[in-house]
This record gives sequence, C-alpha cells and structure tokens, in this order.
Amino acid sequence: MPDEVIDCRGQRCPLPVIAAARRLPQVPVGTVVRVLADDPAAAVDIPAWCRMRGQEFLGSVNGPEGPAYDVRRQH
Amino acid sequence: MSASPVYLDAATAAPMHPVARQALLAAFDDGWADPGKLYTQARRARQLLDAAREATALTLGVRADEVSFTPSGTTAAHGAVLGGLSGRHRVGSTLVHSAIEHSAVLHAAERHVATGGTVTGVPVDRLGRLDLTAWSAAVRAPGVALAALITASHEVGTVQPVAEAAAACAEVGVPLYVDAAQSVGRVPVPAGWSVLTASAHKWGGPPGVGVLAVRKGTRWESPWPADEREGGRTPGVVNLPAVVAAAASLRAAAADAAAEATRLAPLVDRIRARVAAEVPDVEVVGDPVLRLPHLVTFSCLYVDGEALLHALDRRGFAVSSGSSCTSSTLRPSHVLEAMGVLSHGNVRVSLHRETTEADVERFLTELPGIVADLRAEAGVVGL
Repeated sequence: MPDEVIDCRGQRCPLPVIAAARRLPQVPVGTVVRVLADDPAAAVDIPAWCRMRGQEFLGSVNGPEGPAYDVRRQH
Repeated sequence: MSASPVYLDAATAAPMHPVARQALLAAFDDGWADPGKLYTQARRARQLLDAAREATALTLGVRADEVSFTPSGTTAAHGAVLGGLSGRHRVGSTLVHSAIEHSAVLHAAERHVATGGTVTGVPVDRLGRLDLTAWSAAVRAPGVALAALITASHEVGTVQPVAEAAAACAEVGVPLYVDAAQSVGRVPVPAGWSVLTASAHKWGGPPGVGVLAVRKGTRWESPWPADEREGGRTPGVVNLPAVVAAAASLRAAAADAAAEATRLAPLVDRIRARVAAEVPDVEVVGDPVLRLPHLVTFSCLYVDGEALLHALDRRGFAVSSGSSCTSSTLRPSHVLEAMGVLSHGNVRVSLHRETTEADVERFLTELPGIVADLRAEAGVVGL
C-alpha cells in the first residue's frame, strides 16, 4: 500500500508528473507515493519520468478511484 | 519580433518540389481529360498517366501494372490492409502489425476487428525497433492473412528491420505490406514485400496522391466497390495533374535522395547532440544510428507539448508533436507509448530539400531559451 496519495485527477499531462516531481523530494527515501491521474498520458509519462530520474516505478493499479501509479523514492 | 519562417515538418508534408509545380501547371493544360475515353484529349491524358505510372514503377523497382494511384496515402494504406486481408480470407482472418504503424493502418485494422477479424500487435523496444522474435512468432501462428510493417517510424525515425521481417513472412507464406510513406523518395526500401504504399506529399509531390503497389502473384482483392480504373485496385478517376506532378517529383527526389541523405543526416545528428547537451531534462528518442536521415524527435520534461508548439510557431518554427494535448483524441502518441518514452513536451523535427544549415542553427540557438521560458512560466525549474 502507498504511504501517501496525490490526487491529480482532472489534470492533463505534464501536471501529474510535475506533482510527483514536486512531492517526491519532500518524503523520506523509501516512501511510496501513489499518483491518481486519469489523463491517459500519465500511464506513459510517470514510468518514463521514474526512469529518467532514477526513481522506482512500482506499477499501476486501476481501482475505484481510477488509474493510479505507484512511485518509490530511491534517492 | 517577426522571424523568417522555418518549416520543419516535412514528415507531415514536404514543401512542393519545383518539378512538381511545373508538372502540375503543365498537366492542367493537357491532362484534364478522362484517360479512359477514346478521343484525342483522352489519349493525351492516357499518355501522361501511363508515363507517370512507368516512372513511379521504375523508382519503386516494380512493374508499371503493379502500381495504382489513389486519392491519398491514407486511402492507399486502407486499401493495402483491407485488400490484403480480403484476398486471403480463406487462409485466415488475422492481421499482424507492429505497435508503431501509422494511424491509417491501425484504423483499417480496427475496421477489420469490427467485422469479426483479429489482430496481433507486435511490440517495439525503447528505440522503436520491431521485436523480430515476437514478429516471427506472430506471423507463424495459424490463420495469419497479412502482416503490416512501417518501413521507418513516421514519429521517431527508427528504420525497421524490413528485410528480416519479410524473410520471416516468406518462410510461412504470409504476404508483407509495407507502409513506406517516410522512405519512398528518401531511402531505399528493402525487397521482400508484397504490397507497398506511399504518399506524394511526403516526398515533395502535391497532397492528394497516394501510391498502392501490389506485386504480381499477391492474393490481394479490392475492398472497394468494383471499378475498372487503376487496375481495379482503387475506384474513381485519378487527379491526373496531381499524379503527373507526384511522379515527376518522385523521380527528382529519388535522383537526389542519396545526396540529400548525406546532407541532412549530419544535421539530424547535430540536432540530436545539441538538444541533448543544451536543453536540460530532455529525452531524444528513436534509434541514433538506424534511422531516417531527415527526422528527429525529442521530449522535454515538464513542458506542455501544445504550449511548446505555439511558442516555436511564434518564433517561426513549424514542427509536429506526439503529445496528447496536441492530438484531437487527447491521447498520447501510440508510438511513444509503445516505446515507453516520455510523451509530453514532444517535438518532431523533419527536414527537407529546402532546409538549410542556417535554419537548423537558428532552431538550435533558440530552442533552449524557449523551453527555459516555458518551464519558468510553469514554475517547474529545478524539479
């Protein structure tokens, strides 16, 4: 389960990626942040951002709150 | 500040070749009659059409009677897919295609599925290159009627292993359709295909002319209502002046293709290197070596693709984008998605015969500041 959730529903890319990029440095290393994002581009861009930034993309889940993407702070 | 325009979207439509313009004007004078009729004006039109077909066939390395002119590249792609499937419906109803086909091919595939057919998409790697192992397995499966592969990605420029893909198809007797829209008139298309399509406005011909080539012996059946024109492969009278112009410009483009590739490929190399070095947080995508000579794509982190296009347009630069915000469907490019690369802040730059080194230099000089300004406006500097 994620340690915290950022709700980016209704936001268009790149906003969900920017929200993740803003939040991750503020949480302790190892923290899992879940990004709720219904823009289809988030499915491509959140994993790509993790790869570019050396953060860990844990996967996506499609729950009652819509598509969500789990990211773990690595450094 | 008004800047002189720099058009960098040849992959959508190349500026018309001067030869195309001349041929178009000349054909308006004596190429307006219906080439199917039996009077003097029609015979002149027929001569022009035959000459255009022969010239195009020569460039493609096929027989003239294997070439049909269609009302667009899209129509040619639709016909190639649906006709290839129809011709082999007794063998099966599966279409195999790469995950990075042009939307025209994918839309034809959707039609095939809607009428009860099946499709198998074959993935690409991070550089946009076809997974040949998956491709070979897919075409080997029972019931495959047709396989479709783009010769080189229209979005990221990665050249596909057409010869290897064709060999895999040949082993199991599956015809290969190649969408060669970005290659014809620029780079050679490897042999081994059964059906090929191209689009004149990609090589400097006029818009509204497609090419559909079907090799002899291919089981291809027109998906359209019957029409005897163009070998029975595409209905309706051709736009003869445009066809004449398309053929003339193809011959000219093909004659210059090697020299143009030698001139443009280093400019693309320069864009790849300088964008990566001078724009922070950018991902230059596509294969750095096995690529088209005229096309390069990159994505800028945290930048809105539509805002970037508009900012570039204000400075005189015309480019394209695969970002979702620039598409009518608001979905990111399926090509970038299949590659797993960043889709926002995406820019595709494609060069042509009129592109100068100075144009590229001005683009490279102004781009870092444009991206920096957009990031500053969005408050994403230092993220």
